[in-house]
Amino acid sequence: MNYFFDLNFVDWLLLLIYFVFVLGIGWTLKRYMKDANAFLEAGRSLPAWVTGLAFISTNLGALEVMGMTGSGAKYGMLTTHFYWIGAIPAMIFLALFMMPFYYGSKARSVPEFLKMRFDEKTRGLNAILFAVMTILASGISMYALAILTESVLGWNFHVSLVASAVIVLAYTYMGGLSSAIYNEVLQFFIIVIGLLPLVILSLTDLGGWSGLEEQLAPIVTEKGYAADTWTTTWKYTADAKSNPLGVEWYGIGVGLGFVLSFGYWCTNFLIVQRAMAAESKLAARNTPLIGAIPKMFIPFLIIIPGIAALALMNMPEKGFALPLNAANQPNYDYTIIMLLKQYYPAGLLGLGITALLASFMSGMAGNVSAFNTVWTYDIYQSYIRPVSGDKKADDKHYLKVGKMATIFGVIASIAAAYIAGLFGNIMDFLQTIFSMINAPLFAVIFLGMFWKRSTGHAAFTGLLLGFLFALLHHGLTAPEGATTLVKGGWLGVVHTYPVEMAQSFWTAIIACFVSAFTTIVISYSTKQLKSEKELVGLVYSLTPRETEEDTTWYNKPTNLAMLVGLILVMLSVIFW
Amino acid sequence: MGLDIKLPIGIMFSLFGIILTVYGFITYNDAFMYTKSLGINVNLWIGIVMLVFGGIMLFFSNIKKK
Repeated sequence: MNYFFDLNFVDWLLLLIYFVFVLGIGWTLKRYMKDANAFLEAGRSLPAWVTGLAFISTNLGALEVMGMTGSGAKYGMLTTHFYWIGAIPAMIFLALFMMPFYYGSKARSVPEFLKMRFDEKTRGLNAILFAVMTILASGISMYALAILTESVLGWNFHVSLVASAVIVLAYTYMGGLSSAIYNEVLQFFIIVIGLLPLVILSLTDLGGWSGLEEQLAPIVTEKGYAADTWTTTWKYTADAKSNPLGVEWYGIGVGLGFVLSFGYWCTNFLIVQRAMAAESKLAARNTPLIGAIPKMFIPFLIIIPGIAALALMNMPEKGFALPLNAANQPNYDYTIIMLLKQYYPAGLLGLGITALLASFMSGMAGNVSAFNTVWTYDIYQSYIRPVSGDKKADDKHYLKVGKMATIFGVIASIAAAYIAGLFGNIMDFLQTIFSMINAPLFAVIFLGMFWKRSTGHAAFTGLLLGFLFALLHHGLTAPEGATTLVKGGWLGVVHTYPVEMAQSFWTAIIACFVSAFTTIVISYSTKQLKSEKELVGLVYSLTPRETEEDTTWYNKPTNLAMLVGLILVMLSVIFW
Repeated sequence: MGLDIKLPIGIMFSLFGIILTVYGFITYNDAFMYTKSLGINVNLWIGIVMLVFGGIMLFFSNIKKK
């Protein structure tokens, strides 16, 4: 199979201009990086539309675009659950209920919030787990990028790995978090405009939405599902066996819509950091809501072309096929690549490739800029060289540490990229890690914010036990037909799930509930060491109710939240 | 931060727009090249879209300064 792209000078020109601007933004911001606050927190000075777009752009990384297009072909419109029920309610909750405490507490990171609300050991545990997780995530991003450039553009794997790392390092080192956020905004627009022709061309080719449904019907029936399974979202979720996700509606609702999404969108510092960089509490609360609006429409850009790809594969006259993997099955990770090759002529192709590279870099830079903050404030400043005491250091010192952490983060990512190369499906692997670390964290932070009785010892034990039970669950279960121990069952298989997705949903559900249960039980049996005075601004019931900020109606978080909720309901009804 | 991000976005998309629009015109009669994109001159179209978008970004970044 030939999936090699032949780029001409126009394509190269677009790529070159893009890199010049990416580095140029970092270069321009360099002179503002005078202290650690400017470098690691963007000086809390960005407008809500910038942080809002960065908020979703961070998540629109490599795995997202390639993985979700592939999932579109594999699972159809059911994939939109990751964007709708699996993101929007959590984003609304973050904006309305959690952001006032994150932003108002002046915590510089999620681990630091844990320190303020609970204690030092809870912060330490979370900071270390988070640091490891972001490095792995960024390594996986880099690995995917290098594989892509090798197979598609013919660049050497090792050279493109290092080259992409150097570019990301250059602009995050020069401009810190602001540079990462500004570039995420630029990348967001490139991704949207670069992929827009793909959905238009693929749907036109198949005769529109109804043409797509017609083409899919026989293919889907042959797989043993109802004819419109690939073009509906909730219709066939009454029974796990009648939809390709292999999960029922309550599994989707609780696993994805609650545990996984609240764990990811409400407590992952990588995401929350974008909102924390906003210029005011109001802007911070509006960040997830402004991000939610484009978020709901991203499936049309990346999932629908994937669904179209499934139809195209079964129309020999179109000459569309996916490369085969080692097991002789179509490699769905290449769906978007093959679609670009199918429809994009020279010129537009350069734009499409730029969009893909942009998405890779945005994932990587986001991780690096979150890593350096947690490293500097929560690990270095807490354990290695504190602000007070005999080893006292000034702000210049922490700025230097932040910059060094950026370099270290990129180097560690390169190492992680080579480790990632040893695993099969990168998307699922990442999901496994996320669910083990984020789901217990959400339970703990939620109880911390809304239950003043929860204690530090309880939070720490809750985090630890949640993670250990998730690990245990992963070790005792396996998806059907799993061939590697990475997929689970490394302690012996007690239960087999029909698909990997179901396994990771249940891993997250168990982690979250074990953690919540542990935190509640231990809170009752330990003493609250924090006085009520210390908890003001951190716990809901002890914080004076604020009246809705005095602002125009379209800037009010509750109004925006209602608008977002309304669009979500409308989309769910239309694509029921 | 002292940089208005609308400015670089505006300049970059205008540049992209100019390049693709011009390229679309140069290849206007190249029917073979555009068989891929179902006979649509996508370079011209997406070039115009980017010019408009870049222009809007530049317009708003100017307004703020005044």
